Amino acid sequence: MTPALGALLGALFPAGHAVREEDGIVRGAARTAAGDVAVLGSAGGAEVGVEAALALAGEVLRVVREHPGRPIVVLVDTRGQRMTRRDEVLGLNGYLGHLAACVELARRRGHRLVAVVSGDAVSGGVLPLGFMADAIHAVEGAHPWVMSLPAMARVTKLPLERLEELSRSSAVLAPGLDGFVRLGALEPAWEPPLSERLAAALSRPVGPDRRAELGLERGGRLLAAAVARRVSGEDADEP
Amino acid sequence: MTLPDGGHPPAQKSYREATARRRLAGILDPGSFTELLGPSERVTSPHLASLGLSVAFDDGVVVGEGRLGGSAVLAASQEGGFMGGAVGEVHGAKLVGLLRRAERERPAGVLLLLDSGGVRLQEANAGLVAVSEIMRALLSARAAGVPVVGLIGGGWGCFGGMGIVARCCDGLAMSEEGRLGISGPDVIEATKGVEELDAADRALVWRTYGGKHRYLLGEADLIVEDDLAAFRAAAAELLARPRPLDLDSLAREHERLARRLADFGGCGDAAEVWQLAAAPEPERLPLLDADAFRRTVAPARRGEP
Repeated sequence: MTPALGALLGALFPAGHAVREEDGIVRGAARTAAGDVAVLGSAGGAEVGVEAALALAGEVLRVVREHPGRPIVVLVDTRGQRMTRRDEVLGLNGYLGHLAACVELARRRGHRLVAVVSGDAVSGGVLPLGFMADAIHAVEGAHPWVMSLPAMARVTKLPLERLEELSRSSAVLAPGLDGFVRLGALEPAWEPPLSERLAAALSRPVGPDRRAELGLERGGRLLAAAVARRVSGEDADEP
Repeated sequence: MTLPDGGHPPAQKSYREATARRRLAGILDPGSFTELLGPSERVTSPHLASLGLSVAFDDGVVVGEGRLGGSAVLAASQEGGFMGGAVGEVHGAKLVGLLRRAERERPAGVLLLLDSGGVRLQEANAGLVAVSEIMRALLSARAAGVPVVGLIGGGWGCFGGMGIVARCCDGLAMSEEGRLGISGPDVIEATKGVEELDAADRALVWRTYGGKHRYLLGEADLIVEDDLAAFRAAAAELLARPRPLDLDSLAREHERLARRLADFGGCGDAAEVWQLAAAPEPERLPLLDADAFRRTVAPARRGEP
């Protein structure tokens, strides 16, 4: 286990934990002021390949079977899905879809899901687990991203200086926590003591996915909530 | 030139060559489709506009209601002709809205005609969050008992986050020409080098991501010809056999995926998988049409029974 992961676990779970890390996959249990929790996720920026996705799905199913209703704390530090020919040959997207379905099952069976992003949070690494949580929190060092601005400049064939300028006002371009907070995807980084923030998050009532509404309130996504509502027909229900 | 039927062109058959709207017209009962938030509403991407790029009045996806074999369904169809069907804020929100509508209205099912390179990089962060919201809304609709079926046979395949979305569905139908994965050939070559995957090697790309390998592996439930009527029949068949989102069903899927890894984990190439699966005459499989392929690989296939 890296010193950084050890320090994070110590700060989140001062009352004690039995969390192991193996090949970037985190599994275990911990004690919080809000009761015992299961802990799982990724550490050290680990890329999620077929083995990791299957192991994480297996851990979710084990918690569902052996500890009905126990809250699950998801630790996120991943640079995304593993990009190899072998992973694609074996159908990595299918393993990640299965992981997401297992997380949804846990939610349906009453497991509260709280994610804590402590490092990278990228694409296929964060979609099936961290971003499936009821609440997605961050601590110092959280860095969600899709693509660096230089890479985006190559793809979009727009000058880098233009993208840098635009990213100061637009939340959709620049990598990093601030943009994702404005989009409603994450909460601002917790101030210590982390254990108290976590206990509070675990005690908050769980509701439907409100990320698009938060994105509107925070000015990062002005259309998503309204578009989804119009297509869903919810607007027609209102008096 | 004189056309049959008083001037109407002959019916288009190819799914791959059809536009997103034409695919919906060919798959749903004739005349049954009503679009929601259609192009006349002019809801376009503000992010593309601020980059000075052209926008589309449907943001690259058509969503609405229709009928399939007389049953009410909701359907979405991604338009590969606009930015490769990639998901941005508006595009994603239309899919989320459709799936929430399904949860409210409980139709016989939702059809997702997937044709997408994944997240739209010009609005990268919003695209990623939108894909996440699609996954949650899709799984929520399934948990509420509405089956969601994916169809993959367009020119862009189904990649990136949309490759995960596809495998959140109850069932998937693909044509041989359809492709499914998460990291596409260009992305792997650009990230890991041409030694890892040569994106210009068409045979390698098709046998890695194509419908035949995905069907043999059990990633796709049905393989069909590149034909609108065949996809229509497949959609009806898959709607009739939903996969419950419960512990038993997911435990079976888990076993199946664990077995795949145990059996084929040493394979770096789809050709080795086909050989190990004891598919008869693996070298001939790429030449067979969908029917002959299905019969030939039946004993070797690793799907749900």
